[in-house]
Amino acid sequence: MDVRLTTEQQALRDSAAQVVDRLGPGTVRGLGDVERAGRLDAAVAASGWRELRVPPDGRTPLASAVEAAVVAEELGRGLADVPFLGPTLAAELRRLAGAPPAGAPETVALASSLAAAAAVDARAVPSDAVAVDARGATAALVLLPDEAGHALGTVALGPVGVGTDLTRPGAAADPASTATRVEGPGCRPLTGDDLAAWTALGLALDCADLVGTMRGSVDLAVGYASIRRQFGRPIGSFQAVQHLLADAHVLTEGSRSAARHAAWAVDALAPGDALAAAAAAKAYCARAARTACETAIQVHGGAGNTWECLAHVYLRRALLSTAVLGGVGASLDRVAAHHGIGGGGGLR
Amino acid sequence: MDFGDAPAEAEFRLRLRAWLEVHNPGLPTSSTDDEYWAGQAAWHQSLYDGGFFGVTWPTAIGGQDLPSVYDVIVDEELAAAGAPARPSLGYLVEGILEHGNGEVQARFLPGIVNGRDRWCQGFSEPDAGSDLASLRTRADRDGDEYVLTGHKVWTSYSDDADWCLVLARTDHDVARHRGISAFALPMRQPGVEQRPLPMINGITKEFGEVLLDGARVPDVNMIGRPGEGWPLAMTIVSHEREPHELGFAGRYAKQVKDLVALVKADPGRYGGEEVRDLTWAIVESEMLRMHVCRRLSDRLDGIVHGPEGSVDKLLMTWTEQAVGHAALSIGGARATGSDDTLMKVYLYSRSQSVMGGTSQIQRNLVAGRILHLPAS
Repeated sequence: MDVRLTTEQQALRDSAAQVVDRLGPGTVRGLGDVERAGRLDAAVAASGWRELRVPPDGRTPLASAVEAAVVAEELGRGLADVPFLGPTLAAELRRLAGAPPAGAPETVALASSLAAAAAVDARAVPSDAVAVDARGATAALVLLPDEAGHALGTVALGPVGVGTDLTRPGAAADPASTATRVEGPGCRPLTGDDLAAWTALGLALDCADLVGTMRGSVDLAVGYASIRRQFGRPIGSFQAVQHLLADAHVLTEGSRSAARHAAWAVDALAPGDALAAAAAAKAYCARAARTACETAIQVHGGAGNTWECLAHVYLRRALLSTAVLGGVGASLDRVAAHHGIGGGGGLR
Repeated sequence: MDFGDAPAEAEFRLRLRAWLEVHNPGLPTSSTDDEYWAGQAAWHQSLYDGGFFGVTWPTAIGGQDLPSVYDVIVDEELAAAGAPARPSLGYLVEGILEHGNGEVQARFLPGIVNGRDRWCQGFSEPDAGSDLASLRTRADRDGDEYVLTGHKVWTSYSDDADWCLVLARTDHDVARHRGISAFALPMRQPGVEQRPLPMINGITKEFGEVLLDGARVPDVNMIGRPGEGWPLAMTIVSHEREPHELGFAGRYAKQVKDLVALVKADPGRYGGEEVRDLTWAIVESEMLRMHVCRRLSDRLDGIVHGPEGSVDKLLMTWTEQAVGHAALSIGGARATGSDDTLMKVYLYSRSQSVMGGTSQIQRNLVAGRILHLPAS
């Protein structure tokens, strides 16, 4: 056992950090800077990070889920308004289904609860499918249930719209479209294990993004507490404020340990075990992230409750990461089912 | 990055698993049953003789010089087998290794590691809890001995101990942190009176107070130099704050496993709230296990122990208290009856946010020394 990041993984983390520090939004106003966002997107496109789960040999991904998680954490920390989760999950679905690579930028569509992949009837209008992280995507993958398991389909997307998360807009499936089955010589039906492994990857990336948003929001709040003065002293010198921030930091460190294991488990453990590990990490990270992001708002006082303060942007990003593929309740259900103390098999 | 076993680690794990099939003493958990203490010394010695205790310490003191990640394997396998956790001694060993001279190390450490000598730690006093540097126990030189007078309290395992690592003031004319020295005090002598202190869960063997009235200790039993007691205490408490030193991650895993078995045996009896509390305990204890893996892997870089121990201590505390709340939820309060093991688990969990430095003190340390917030 050696759970340190390798030298290569550290280098990947550093280069992702440099890109988001240079080209991330930085401020709430920066979110509206289309030219900057375009340069960030170009930098991420050039890096190849969105293709980490594409299999050069048709089967084995270019990089493990740990590398994908390393990138996700830095993108979360820097509130990167650039697609990553969606394209990565789409590439993974295609890999698991033996489908050819996407011809155009795509993401995945989830059920309206966001807790699972959208499963649709190919002949019907996929009205409740929601594409996440859909900026730049022209289509989204959906599941087409059939006798053998699930086939992959694509649906066209309507225009992107900002939801809770100001950095990662979604899109509804185009109501005028129907799903098109993805065909190819290597295509095979997706099994329950495939979907468990895919969900484990999605949850692990959510966890990494949550750890990043926690780090970013705690850094923001610590910086503010060190300069904001009341009663003639920096507010960060008061124990009441210090203890809030200390707890947020400790939650971040615990989340980082859980998230790191979840990312490793995706490629190292059997799908059911990987999913259970990811669900345990997701429950922990999601609850921790909400607390840490709320703490950042609290420490900013009145300023933290204004639109111009970045603290709510972190919270909003954390809340979407929490919802994608199952939040606290759904994750706890999965953990309970895995240990034989809860009904059902959890969501798949 | 790999959470899996290397071949040598897998071999060690299988060997331990096979050994446990024969040697698991089936003792109750220390925190809930005085019976544990009747068998604790034998369990420690058996684990050591089997080659599974102190494996990461130097061979010179009875260890095996294995990488620290082997402690994770020991904790995991003990928990999986339902065996008692590793005895908690690592902090004493680390403190003496760092501050004791060669002669002191050779004289005391092998007996601590192999379990033949029982030790306790005399730090806290009635008026020196979080403010440890205000301690008043005094050690006055008398020829080649010191004579100790004072009152130690909340001393774990004092009634079973042969030795006490005691802090006492040897110099009254310097700043209070600088006048403290550390001694290996023989407990079985006329000047030492040991009184058990029942804890809130009713156990009597774990907690005690020690009255020192003319207790004598040879000067060669001083650990470190005169006045080195404070840095030694800081070394010890920083190790005491790391969950792997205490094997606590394994203790929580065992308790969670027991609770899961209870619910599975009678699922109709437990509702959504009980299952939810238990599931949180699973989530927390899994997190802590991964956190220990991370911290022990960091040691492969030779990272020195700093304020991160306070992060570990808070995570460990939250985990123990989540397990305690699950035990409370599943066990519930009883109007009468004697089988109150789960209530004992819960009540004992309240001590984790106090022992080894309160959670408030840990938060101060995180804020000041990790987040670098302005001094209060």
